[in-house]
Amino acid sequence: MNSEAPSLLSGASLGMIRGERVLFRSVSLSVCPGEALLLRGANGAGKTTLLRILAGLTRAEAGDVRRASAHHWVGHREGLKPTETPRAHLKLWAQAWGAQTGIDPVLGRMGLTRPADVAGRDLSAGQRRRTALARLLLEHRPVWLLDEPYTALDADGRALVDALIAEHRAKGGAVIAALHGEAGFPGSTDLTL
Amino acid sequence: MSGAPLLAAFRQSLGEAWAGGAGALLPLGFLGGTAVLVPLGIGTDAATLKAVGPGILWVALALASLVTLERIFQADAEDGTLDLWLQAGAPVSALAAAKTLAHWLSAGLPLALFSPVLALMFQAEASPALLVNAGLYALGSLAFFFWGGVGAALSATVRRGGLLISLIALPLYVPTAVFGALAMSGGPGSTGAPLFLAASTLFACAVAPYAMSAALRLAAD
Repeated sequence: MNSEAPSLLSGASLGMIRGERVLFRSVSLSVCPGEALLLRGANGAGKTTLLRILAGLTRAEAGDVRRASAHHWVGHREGLKPTETPRAHLKLWAQAWGAQTGIDPVLGRMGLTRPADVAGRDLSAGQRRRTALARLLLEHRPVWLLDEPYTALDADGRALVDALIAEHRAKGGAVIAALHGEAGFPGSTDLTL
Repeated sequence: MSGAPLLAAFRQSLGEAWAGGAGALLPLGFLGGTAVLVPLGIGTDAATLKAVGPGILWVALALASLVTLERIFQADAEDGTLDLWLQAGAPVSALAAAKTLAHWLSAGLPLALFSPVLALMFQAEASPALLVNAGLYALGSLAFFFWGGVGAALSATVRRGGLLISLIALPLYVPTAVFGALAMSGGPGSTGAPLFLAASTLFACAVAPYAMSAALRLAAD
């Protein structure tokens, strides 16, 4: 990793116990502008838990996390209410974050123009995932924490995620993603749990 | 920090309560059902009804507040919204207070506004005192909702957490219930009771958000 650029987010010797099992220990990581870090590992290896620790949602049993910049979180659960439409969802979070971005361009970019006014419970899993990912575009934040961003997406959607991540990294952003299978981003680093 | 996240949380909860349809009407139905059934249970003697009416309504209000509390944080924990709110950059206690307040406006305040009608069913005379009582109900229900919110936050990740909420919240309801009933009795020693009721409500509003915050962080952990 590039040691000259300032680290946007780093974790030092993180360890986590769930129940009586050690999920992982002495995990250290760091991302700098433009970097992508992929968390790999079998089901139950602790990828999601590590992401939640980095996001500050879960407290690690050992180690420290240093967050030098704001981050976006797109978790396994989308955060979309059953009664909420994609448009309402994006409006709500734009308002909560004080973001000035127009909602319609974001909906268009994510391919959500047509289902923009359909309630969350009537959306397909892929459309819900696109809505959650659309939050990334509401406001620029240097670090993206993504848990299985490809889940439920079609080929089109996966290409879209790749494009968003490439743009984000070109702008000096960093991505930490838990990923399954062979998929990867150009120039990304792997961290296997 | 600006108030934007709090306003957004407030609006989301309010919108959800109305979109849920019957959700906000459930406590009202509970309260109405109690008012209809109690006279059938204890007899229709006007003097008796008049004596027990305010107290019965007070108890029914406390229990009705528990009916919908189960979902206010549980739904957020299930659909991932809680994770987003915890990272929204606002104090979690303030967010929890905003959500509880929205919930009270949609499910609690209607109970207080409806109470004069029910009081009439208990043979109360139509007088301005009914409106004073409605105000006391509104004040007391606010405390009930904040204490209930603590139970709801603690059981956010518990399936069928309703019983747990009752067990946690009911002991906390005691001061509010005692002072509220005393304030409405109009008997000796009741002059200071409304102030004590207000104090217990303020205490709930001041303390409960911090307990909710700690419980919600634990739920996400």
